[in-house]
Amino acid sequence: MTHPISTPRASVSIVLAGSGGAGVMTAGNMLLEAAAIAGYYALMTRSSGPQIRGGEAAAMVRIATTPVENVEDHFHVLAAIDWQNINRFAAEIPLDASSLIVGDPDHGEPPDVFVKSGASYAPVGMKKLAKSIKGGWPNMVSLGILAALIGLPESAVARAVEKSLKKRPDSLEASLAAVRAGMHAAEGMPARYPLRPAAEAKTPRWLITGNEAAGYGAIRGGVRFVAAYPITPGTELLEWMAPALTKVGGALVQAEDELASINMIIGASYGGVPSLTATSGPGLALMMEALGLASASETPVVVVDVQRVGPSTGIPTKSEQSDLNIALYGFHGDAPHLVLAPNSVADCLTTTQWATHLAEMTQAPAIVLSDQFFGQARAVVDRPADLVFAGQRLTAPANSPDYKRYALTDSGVSPMAIPGTPGTVYTADGLEHAERGTPSSQATDHLAQLDKRQRKLESVDYGHYWAEVEGEGELAVVTFGSCTAPVREAFAQARRNGFRARLISMRLLLPAQTARLTEALAGVKRVLVVEQTHSKQFYRYLRSEYDVPGSVSSYSRPGPLPMRPEEIVSQLEKWSRA
Amino acid sequence: MKKTVKRKPLARRTTAKPLPDAPRSVADFLAQAWAIEAEASDRYREFAEQMEMANNMEVAQLFRKLERIEQKHRDQILAHMGRSTPPRVKAYRWEGAEGPETAAGNELHYLMQPWHALQIALHNEQRAFDFFKQLARARVPAEVRAAAKEMAGEEREHVELIREWLKMVSKPASGWDQDPDPPAFGD
Amino acid sequence: MNANAAVVARTPQEFKSDLKPVWCPGCGDYSVLAAITKAFAKLELLPQNVAVISGIGCSSRIPAYTSCYGFHGVHGRALALGTGVKLARPDLTVLVAGGDGDGYSIGGNHFLHACRRNVDMTYIVMDNRVYGMTKGQASPTTEPDWEFSKLTPEGTGLREFHPLVIALASGANFIARAFSGDPNGTADIIAQAIGTPGFSFVEVLSPCVTFRPEQRHWKDKARPAPVKTTSDPSQAARRILTDDGFNVGVLYVGNRKPYQPSIGRGTKKPADLEAGFVL
Repeated sequence: MTHPISTPRASVSIVLAGSGGAGVMTAGNMLLEAAAIAGYYALMTRSSGPQIRGGEAAAMVRIATTPVENVEDHFHVLAAIDWQNINRFAAEIPLDASSLIVGDPDHGEPPDVFVKSGASYAPVGMKKLAKSIKGGWPNMVSLGILAALIGLPESAVARAVEKSLKKRPDSLEASLAAVRAGMHAAEGMPARYPLRPAAEAKTPRWLITGNEAAGYGAIRGGVRFVAAYPITPGTELLEWMAPALTKVGGALVQAEDELASINMIIGASYGGVPSLTATSGPGLALMMEALGLASASETPVVVVDVQRVGPSTGIPTKSEQSDLNIALYGFHGDAPHLVLAPNSVADCLTTTQWATHLAEMTQAPAIVLSDQFFGQARAVVDRPADLVFAGQRLTAPANSPDYKRYALTDSGVSPMAIPGTPGTVYTADGLEHAERGTPSSQATDHLAQLDKRQRKLESVDYGHYWAEVEGEGELAVVTFGSCTAPVREAFAQARRNGFRARLISMRLLLPAQTARLTEALAGVKRVLVVEQTHSKQFYRYLRSEYDVPGSVSSYSRPGPLPMRPEEIVSQLEKWSRA
Repeated sequence: MKKTVKRKPLARRTTAKPLPDAPRSVADFLAQAWAIEAEASDRYREFAEQMEMANNMEVAQLFRKLERIEQKHRDQILAHMGRSTPPRVKAYRWEGAEGPETAAGNELHYLMQPWHALQIALHNEQRAFDFFKQLARARVPAEVRAAAKEMAGEEREHVELIREWLKMVSKPASGWDQDPDPPAFGD
Repeated sequence: MNANAAVVARTPQEFKSDLKPVWCPGCGDYSVLAAITKAFAKLELLPQNVAVISGIGCSSRIPAYTSCYGFHGVHGRALALGTGVKLARPDLTVLVAGGDGDGYSIGGNHFLHACRRNVDMTYIVMDNRVYGMTKGQASPTTEPDWEFSKLTPEGTGLREFHPLVIALASGANFIARAFSGDPNGTADIIAQAIGTPGFSFVEVLSPCVTFRPEQRHWKDKARPAPVKTTSDPSQAARRILTDDGFNVGVLYVGNRKPYQPSIGRGTKKPADLEAGFVL
């Protein structure tokens, strides 16, 4: 089935694949930038083989006229510079009969796994075309083809290429020539996927990853000390923060392991400097003991867990939400703490900033459950709105009379003396303690301090930030994190069939906002819980912590494939059939 | 294999040697003497606190008494110097061994009895006496020798006092350190 | 913050809190506590400008017994905790203290990397070659044939860990051995350790009178090292490897530059970072 010039569309999804040295990520980034320059929103995710160098890779780019926060159901174009091992990504690259495959016949035919979708095939000798230009590269030819297929103006592509090659101006001419050759080659292809014209941007847009957004949010929240231990996919957050912290008067230190990084930030925070570390599941598991210390000693810290597929080493380069249980329940003892989850790439900024404010004002540890999808996705976004939520640490003035570090206050928050302050010395302790901080094994002290530490979190007015609540009706989907946008898009699709429902995406998971969820679900008869875990962790959490009304069902599946709207639509359709 | 390890007697001592920096004036001498008494009383206070924590109140009270004796001696020296605040003492307080009247830190046992405490005290008073006696014969200015002689006399009175007290307590029978219960768990 | 630090002469007593130690009577740690407070007084520090950081174990109870700021953290992580305090607050004097199990076993990795990192702080290990809080198990420094633990009734059979040579090989800038039976000498060493820039490691032989009563005899063994402090690592290594473990004194002082990221010196506002995101 071929589709000659199609009607312009609001969204198009493209994948550019190739093996070692093909430069598909570079070309993908240029396409993303070109789309942004042309006024579109866009999102790029990536997949690569296990090799450090030379492995097969795929850059997946979605470009649209409205903000893009998730992957589409199908790709419109699969362009492959070569087919080496690209079939390993088949499950991540769903095509259908309306799709187009662009391949270089000198590298053989497209694998059956793609052809059987019924997609059209447009062979282009990209390597030969590139060779015909001195210094030309096949990936630039493919960039030109893709830009032409979706109708990006040549000028936008050229600017993106110039920007990318700022440091290598000698190769600019050849690259631009290769792009033009590609655009020319796209003429007469069996299908095209032109985008609708982009609306003019009202504010300057950002090109940002979730990891960068979280790092910046932390700095906006006041974080000035970070201890880092590398782990995929959290590393880039830490790498972004290293120079950024130096600029704003902070510091990052590379620790010897996650046990050290969490303890270092507890020490730094005790010293009065808001502190953070970022990690992924295995690292979070190592940090759990010290997080108990942070809770007991009332030392605020923020841990961003960029979740990957677990357990154990799992699939480090792919996304899942299966660290929910450890974040909620992984502490030993009764250890009140905060768990938050951003709901988009841009929201990684807002949520991490908020988490920092909340940790500081409650003197409790906060875990931010980001994930690989957010962390490593590069997106063109509107500048996120400023967070209207001030929260900072309550400190003790010098020479406070009869100072008690863990005084039993109404709010549960007691003034924290910062070392260097005269007249308020105390010893922070993981041992249960009396108000003054001195060790105590008395039942009364234990109960009073447990109550106090819980009370701190319950006395905060979290406002509307606790969740995104959208839509109306008797049906509701409750979800969190990177499942949010696919659900939202599924709603948009289903709305065409008259479907109406509420979407509740929870940003604050602990402390549980029972009254608020009850209010948000008032009048609801059916609830679907959507999440990316194998064991329905979020569903079980909702059933245990909340009084969810009506009949409650679960759509829960593990990674590594990202959640797509159509699978949620099919769940919603079950409702209409039931 | 039976789990007992022989403990050496609590009061097993070496003779004190003169201070590395022999005093060159009476003021020097008094400052050092003050420091000797201060350190001795501090140590008895630490001992008393340790015994209080171990709920051995009888021995704790005895150490408090010894603390007060040394404190009194310390304060008398201060008054003699015409001071109300502690003197600065060079050399002796930071470098090298402790003073000739200071009880060794690890001589305690939580089940020890007054007899043991008095053995410690006797030993230290004897060492102090020996120390001052030696100084009274050393090559130091005559007025220092005289002051040292006077101090030696006071220490001898303390030795006699402790000997009197020792007559009132009996030497514990062997097995005094046996505890039917094992040590407790901590953190 | 501590501009007036050196104005008033301090006494050791000012650095002790009202809280009384839970240690056994006769424990070496009492003398180490006394030595630490004497060192602080000698250096004329202010209690509020000192942070005493520890992990878990008998000796790790020490922060609360001082009148300084303290943090009694989790087992084995005291050095990481202290590193965080010092890196965030270079103006504070940071002293990390603990035992041989805490520092050399569960915290062994942090020990290596603290020596490597050379942050300007002092680490005091009260080594009694036994776990006291958990009732007498063998630690990394326990002799291989010590048969008095129910966990290892025939002895560990394992070679003792050698903290001093490990510290030297890992890059510690100041290495000393002290003996709790000589609190004044120990105070002097600790004062030197604090005063030397970089990571200073002081191993204090501190007898456990409950589980290792034979260690009371350490007082007959410990003696001043018959050599002067060296700054030559190979000389220090030879001495440390060949002595009997009872030579007391400052055994090595290097001149490595301490690690301290420049916290507090950046001049940009957070919003300035947005330039990196704007298209």
